[in-house]
Amino acid sequence: MMKLIKNIGLLICSTGFAFFIASIFVGDYTVNQDTFDEWVSNKGIKSEIFIETAQHEIIGKTFNAFGLSSKLIELAEQSSQMHQDQIQLWQTAGNQEEKINAEWSKVIWTSWSSTHKDFTYPLLQASIDSPVKNNQWLAFFLTFGLAIIGGLLYIVPDFILMGPAGIKNNALFQHSATNRGIGGIVTATFFVTFYFLLYFFPDLIINPILTTNKISLVLSGNPASQWFMYGLIYCSVMTVFAVKMYVKYRHNLYQVIRTTVVLFFQVAFAFLIPELLVRFNHPWYDFKNAWPLNYTFFFDWNIDSLLDSGHLGMFMLVWGIVLTVIVIPVMVYFLGKRWYCSWVCGCGGLAETLGDPYRHLSNKTLKVWKFERYMIHLVLVFAVVMTGATLYSYFSGAKTIFGIDTYSIQSWYGFWIGSIFAGVIGTGFYPILGNRAWCRFGCPLAAYLGLVQRFKSRFRITTNGGQCISCGNCSTYCEMGIDVRAYAQIGQNIVRSSCVGCGVCAAVCPRGVLKLENAPEDGRILENPILIGKDGISLNLKNEV
Amino acid sequence: MNVQKKTSQVHQSFLFCLITLDPFMEHVVIIGNGISGITTARHIRKNSAKKITVISSETDHFFSRTALMYIYMGHMKFEHTKPYEDWFWAKNKINLVRGFVKHIDTEKKALKLSEGNTMRYDQLVLAVGSKSNKFGWPGQDLEAVQGLYSYQDLETMEKYSPTTKRAVIVGGGLIGVEMAEMFLSRGIEVTFLVREDRFWGGVLPKREGELISRHLKKHHVDLRFETELQEILSDENGRARAIVTKNGEEIECQFVGLTAGVSPNVDFIKDSSIALNRGVLVNEFLETNSKDVYALGDCAEFHQHPTGRKNLEQVWYTGRMMGETLAQTLCGNKTAYHPGMWFNSAKFFDIEYQTYGWVFNELQEHEADFYWEHKNGEICLHLVYDKTSKKLIGINTFGIRMRHEVCERWINGEKDMNYILLHLKDANFDPEFYKQYEHQIVGQYNQENGTTLKPKRRSWKRIFANN
Repeated sequence: MMKLIKNIGLLICSTGFAFFIASIFVGDYTVNQDTFDEWVSNKGIKSEIFIETAQHEIIGKTFNAFGLSSKLIELAEQSSQMHQDQIQLWQTAGNQEEKINAEWSKVIWTSWSSTHKDFTYPLLQASIDSPVKNNQWLAFFLTFGLAIIGGLLYIVPDFILMGPAGIKNNALFQHSATNRGIGGIVTATFFVTFYFLLYFFPDLIINPILTTNKISLVLSGNPASQWFMYGLIYCSVMTVFAVKMYVKYRHNLYQVIRTTVVLFFQVAFAFLIPELLVRFNHPWYDFKNAWPLNYTFFFDWNIDSLLDSGHLGMFMLVWGIVLTVIVIPVMVYFLGKRWYCSWVCGCGGLAETLGDPYRHLSNKTLKVWKFERYMIHLVLVFAVVMTGATLYSYFSGAKTIFGIDTYSIQSWYGFWIGSIFAGVIGTGFYPILGNRAWCRFGCPLAAYLGLVQRFKSRFRITTNGGQCISCGNCSTYCEMGIDVRAYAQIGQNIVRSSCVGCGVCAAVCPRGVLKLENAPEDGRILENPILIGKDGISLNLKNEV
Repeated sequence: MNVQKKTSQVHQSFLFCLITLDPFMEHVVIIGNGISGITTARHIRKNSAKKITVISSETDHFFSRTALMYIYMGHMKFEHTKPYEDWFWAKNKINLVRGFVKHIDTEKKALKLSEGNTMRYDQLVLAVGSKSNKFGWPGQDLEAVQGLYSYQDLETMEKYSPTTKRAVIVGGGLIGVEMAEMFLSRGIEVTFLVREDRFWGGVLPKREGELISRHLKKHHVDLRFETELQEILSDENGRARAIVTKNGEEIECQFVGLTAGVSPNVDFIKDSSIALNRGVLVNEFLETNSKDVYALGDCAEFHQHPTGRKNLEQVWYTGRMMGETLAQTLCGNKTAYHPGMWFNSAKFFDIEYQTYGWVFNELQEHEADFYWEHKNGEICLHLVYDKTSKKLIGINTFGIRMRHEVCERWINGEKDMNYILLHLKDANFDPEFYKQYEHQIVGQYNQENGTTLKPKRRSWKRIFANN
């Protein structure tokens, strides 16, 4: 019976996904003159050649998404080539500075990573005609609705099927989806494709975005953007997988409460509150997203928008600074970095829900730990340097610092760290690298929290005397790749900058050896631990081998 | 796997040549790469530059055999059970040899390996572990009849599992319950024959035994108390097809797990001059009767245990402690093995068990006890104390984690029951937010003993106090 419900759930959920994916391929795009003119003026397109040819070749004609998008880019590139040829002619002729400058402003710069989202996306969004557009509530139900209902039906029967409450890790290393098998590779490919489309080709997923349009109108009053769709997907996925956590860890109140809190912060702070702020004409603002994870916080457009938003904007600006400078270190002192990374943070929230089935895939070798320490601290340095350059430019008005264009530093960071590292690799590769690859190797905020946790905090994982049997469950299930056992088996407390305090090592320990604790700093780090159990002299002499 | 094995062997024989060529370094040879042998090797390396060779016929590298069940259940892979990465051994100049020792010549201080080669030693450490008990049951050597101790046992369990619908497990102890959990994780039904009237009756008091028995039944283990194995029946291919109990009942099965304890793995030592009883006989310095030959861990049997415990103690942490002790002796700091308070832990399906001090299956003459059980029947606390002095002797907990250091301090410091119950919260080691039961427990104690104790708040100062 329960198995049947589970299978029906899987079927319904897959149908929801199928509708979602299939919606990419439906609908026609017909550009009319008004939309075109509006788009041209919004984008500030100055190239007469482009406008003319585009009008001729596009208006009134019907395309599919890919056709229209590539046509626009093709025409833009052609026109830009002409303008550049012209410039070259004038340059050889000489004395044409003014003309050359005017011509430069007509060039439309294209790149695969930004043209689709910045240039073509608005026009395609305005020109679509599709069943999704005409039945937005139905489309929402057939995609999100079915996927969520099916997902829950698939998960909840485990309450019975998995037997009495306890650790449920059976067969994780025997199943292809959770052991880097074909199932894992397929999932990772799906995730990566999704992130590429979301970040770089939103013009190709207008229909999926439209499935969330009604919800967006209800919340913020604005039509849905790709970011709204992403926010809604994020919250839905976290909710469904939080239920999975409840089923799996129902015996463990730490996990139940932590899951609830991290889900609350995502849904309320990263989704509902910001959208409602927009509804009341305030800036979109996530009160828990701290710099330097929130790397755009000090970008000029963000500061300007906050300064433009009256008292609330001012409060947001001050709060953002107070959060990073005061709240975070003080909280880490008392509770460890877990208060943020596994209780509040959105990235952590996804990792602890959707990512939970992949936590054992993190690499535990010493080599990778070394790489991690270089990598994550380099990203922190990079984030600080970039923000420094940004603020320098903001206050001095200079566009470059030491000859480097501030804007290009920002876009380099945004592309490589913000999109590729955090999204494509960080989440897309869950089934390959484990669920915390971003948090472990890339998150500059995690690096900062980690420094505080390592050197000034009451938090540690206490090792319980001599009960450890070196079984390795703790290390295996550490999503941060900490070799927990290496400490536990010599009676040493675990004090590691990367520990996000998810509590799973303590949960999977069959001997009750580990406990997450906030306790006096004295004796937190035992340089030369003594395993209790023996009488007489301490036998742990000299250096640890 | 094969490639890895080959390269590590080449690597090993190269190191081995270097070591044997140097005539000045003392050569410690350790037979067995389990926790006892490896701890000895590591601690010798910490304290000296001696040449160290560890010989094992089981695996190339040290692994945690207590985790074998998790490999079978898919919680881990074999590599996860290895506490040290493979480069660790070469880096620390601990030479690993894969081989089987056939004969020990204590005169010539030489070992004969089954591959034909000979290895000389200056000091020999026997850390050869155990093998599963077989009590002469008819059919005990059939196929698909085995215990669970070695990596090879795991491999054969894997081999027979796909063709096993029901397994019969004989012997109600820790390994038996692990085996039951393993089979059930793959949907294989389990019948569990237990000689006593409750689970692990030789160790657990009645109520704890019953608590675990209930839990096993909840997991659909077919528990048969006061049932013993008569014989194992064979199919036409020499594989077990059924067992017969002493009551004459025949139970069809395709696998028989023999988990009625383990005994020292000392057959290959029998033709040497090293004195044996059930295990290798040792004194408190872990010295055998033969000069420069030592034994420890599962295979070592004390003439007389230094602290009056059992002469054979087959526990993970005693092996580790003996290794630490022996390494001191071998490095010139002669040290007697002197374990402190007895403790242990285990997990029975979902219920964790911890014990500190002595809680025997029956109360001793001078003992009294206090037992609290949660109404869900899966959590309990059992305190055993001296009738007259009221001083704590032992603690059993099921479903509650206790803080080892605090328990040790209580028992070694001879605290009385009133003190224990007042400060019970100090000892709780459950994860944060877990429901705590100190008030219920102390309430029941008050009721039974006419006291009016009120549990004090947890104090870090007391917990971290050095006695």
